[in-house]
Amino acid sequence: MTDLDETDRALLRALAADATQGAGALGRRFGLSQPAAWRRIRRMEQAGILAGRKVELNAAALGFGVTVFLGVKLASKGRVSLEDFERAVTAIPEVQTVQHVLGMYDYRLRVVARDLSDFERVLRRRIMTLPGVGNVEANVLLSEERRPGPLG
Amino acid sequence: MQITDSDRRLLRHLQADPDITMAALAERAGMTAATATRRLEKLRRGGILKATRARIDWAALGYAVEVSLRFTLDKTDPRAFDEFIAEARNVPEVHEIQTFLGRVDVRLNILARDMAHYQEIYRDRILTLPHIADIEALMHVADIKLDEALPL
Repeated sequence: MTDLDETDRALLRALAADATQGAGALGRRFGLSQPAAWRRIRRMEQAGILAGRKVELNAAALGFGVTVFLGVKLASKGRVSLEDFERAVTAIPEVQTVQHVLGMYDYRLRVVARDLSDFERVLRRRIMTLPGVGNVEANVLLSEERRPGPLG
Repeated sequence: MQITDSDRRLLRHLQADPDITMAALAERAGMTAATATRRLEKLRRGGILKATRARIDWAALGYAVEVSLRFTLDKTDPRAFDEFIAEARNVPEVHEIQTFLGRVDVRLNILARDMAHYQEIYRDRILTLPHIADIEALMHVADIKLDEALPL
């Protein structure tokens, strides 16, 4: 489903910024009646374009001062099943996201920690002990900016 | 701002289920709905609860290709980071901009409709960005874990 018009795109942009807005408020903002706004949102939900909500928290204020991205290469893809690795890595609380990628790494992980020594603990005790883990590259996040992307 | 154990409990449950009603959230966190509402409002004002955003499924929207481009910049020029990032912001398909301490300097997340579209963006909009010393691409295959939750 890519037959969205400008109004749909504006609704998507608004909901991506703040999903707590109701159809009434969004309708008033974009010149639609409440039911018309609701129908458009419902249609995008049914098409799977609007795929739930997520809460964005201030990690630093909650004591998580360090975010590190890890590129992980599996050591022995032939023998170790990807499922074993995936099951174990998704169970680590400090691992926020896991993406399967193609390229010089097999997986890309986003990891949070209280500070660098806490990160070292997570890396040594939890990441390096994962089944099948091979080469790991770490890059410490300095800044992050989310853009509206193709909607913008 | 002082963050109590009750605040963390509230945020943990909200993070796990962003669609939860205030009554259910309050019950899970072991407080009255009035208290939960007041605490959440305080967390919002204090910048701890930054936003509740809609999650957009880009593939459902017709953007089937997602590529993570990792750049090393030519750091002999002190303006390299600023100029590179300013130019990258002008590319609508750039969805995330992150800077790192490590082997990678900057990472751009790119969304494209298909491989032909990706190639067009890569040639016309990415390779023309200033101060690039090296580029590596990781092609996104699947999200294994994407909740981005903090281990509160």
